[in-house]
Amino acid sequence: MVRKSIGYLPEHNPLYLDMYIKEYLGFVAQVFQVKNVNKRIKECIELTGLGLEQKKQIGQLSKGFRQRVGLAQALIHNPDVLILDEPTSGLDPNQVVEIRNLISTLGKEKTVMLSTHQLNEVEAICSKAIIINHGKLVADKPTSELKQYGRDSTSFYVQFTGAMDITKLENINGVESVKKEDDGFILNCKKGDFAIQESLFSLAVENSTSIITLQQRDNSLEDVFKTLTQS
Amino acid sequence: MRSVLIKEFRSFLSLLIAYVVMVVFLLITGLMTWVFEDFSILNNGYANMDVLFNIAPWIFIFLVSAITMRSFSEEKKVGTLETLTTKPLKDMDIIMGKYLACLLLVIITILPTLIYYYSVSQLGSPQGNIDTGAVIGSYIGLIFLAGIYVAIGIFSSSITDNQIVAFIISMFLCFFFYQAFDMIKSISFLRNSDFGIDWFGIGYHYRNISFGKIDTRNIVYFLSMISLFIFLTKAVFSSRKW
Repeated sequence: MVRKSIGYLPEHNPLYLDMYIKEYLGFVAQVFQVKNVNKRIKECIELTGLGLEQKKQIGQLSKGFRQRVGLAQALIHNPDVLILDEPTSGLDPNQVVEIRNLISTLGKEKTVMLSTHQLNEVEAICSKAIIINHGKLVADKPTSELKQYGRDSTSFYVQFTGAMDITKLENINGVESVKKEDDGFILNCKKGDFAIQESLFSLAVENSTSIITLQQRDNSLEDVFKTLTQS
Repeated sequence: MRSVLIKEFRSFLSLLIAYVVMVVFLLITGLMTWVFEDFSILNNGYANMDVLFNIAPWIFIFLVSAITMRSFSEEKKVGTLETLTTKPLKDMDIIMGKYLACLLLVIITILPTLIYYYSVSQLGSPQGNIDTGAVIGSYIGLIFLAGIYVAIGIFSSSITDNQIVAFIISMFLCFFFYQAFDMIKSISFLRNSDFGIDWFGIGYHYRNISFGKIDTRNIVYFLSMISLFIFLTKAVFSSRKW
């Protein structure tokens, strides 16, 4: 059966609150007819970092630990495919990082499919992303490609020690528009071999000032998501 | 199936349901059989266990409904049914696991009343003068009756995600199948007809079997009622959509 090779963590992670962690994992292991049940339970508890709480009832656990129990029960039969529905929703930032690390470790050996609304999570752990809008597939690409989607420009943030005339920046070859932001400028540039950085440095030398910040700004996935789902 | 059965039964123990059910059942039947003078065997004068077997179906209407009401409705409400159905379990495994766990609890609840049998047979005059055949028949009848009640309870629980609704539906259906057909028969214009509408009720078969005459017709009736409600449960359960 297909169900045997899939580990599934449902969205709200429903658990039997009256059961103990080990009891619950034992039940799931029995359903999947896992051999060496006790050893496997121990491994899963270790893997998900439940060691200190393992003697507790599930009802006494905090949300983060419940999420780990959910992950542990999805892992117990060592499935090839893991399906996780919003695995980090409702967790505090530390727990989010821990769960993410766990997922990336697991992803080295298994296929992990997860759904989420947090796009920085996608950037952090996913190698491929699919965006679905109202039931329609709008993107299906590796995350790195997706980030470049629909853009033929990059932008830089630059900050000088002294004053700088905005028109001088606009005259740099390849710069399309300049915007003042805080103490620096945002330069929208065409993609291609324009060597914007070098031009900026020489401009700074010409005006006898120096650059204290220079950042290339990547398009975030959120921008891509917006353009894809709103059109 | 075994894993679901064990899990369900353990939850009866850990949620104290099992103990409450046993204590309540034994308390009521014990008081009725031995203490309350209107019913008690000591006042009655005959060495039989009719009091127990007359009152047990009525207590079970409440108790069995209470045992079974959470089986599907709670899991549906909490969402654990989703985890359960995405495991490699067949629908029938889940249903039978839950059914047998409830039935097992009921049978364990009935078991201590065997002491009543011993006591009554000791009190008989001469000693040991009790209609053992009738007692065995009654026990078999009672277990089958509980089997139907549990099937009805599981079915009621599968059609709603509210435990109280499940409890009330289950009580109504148990009462209906136990008693209502006898009552319908007693309506005057039906009374003289040869058509035995009471045949559809559990009560008719329960009474027959409690004489100690284990008739295949009664057994077939009990088994078909149990399978009817289990298959209704399966139909409801399998029609879920997600």
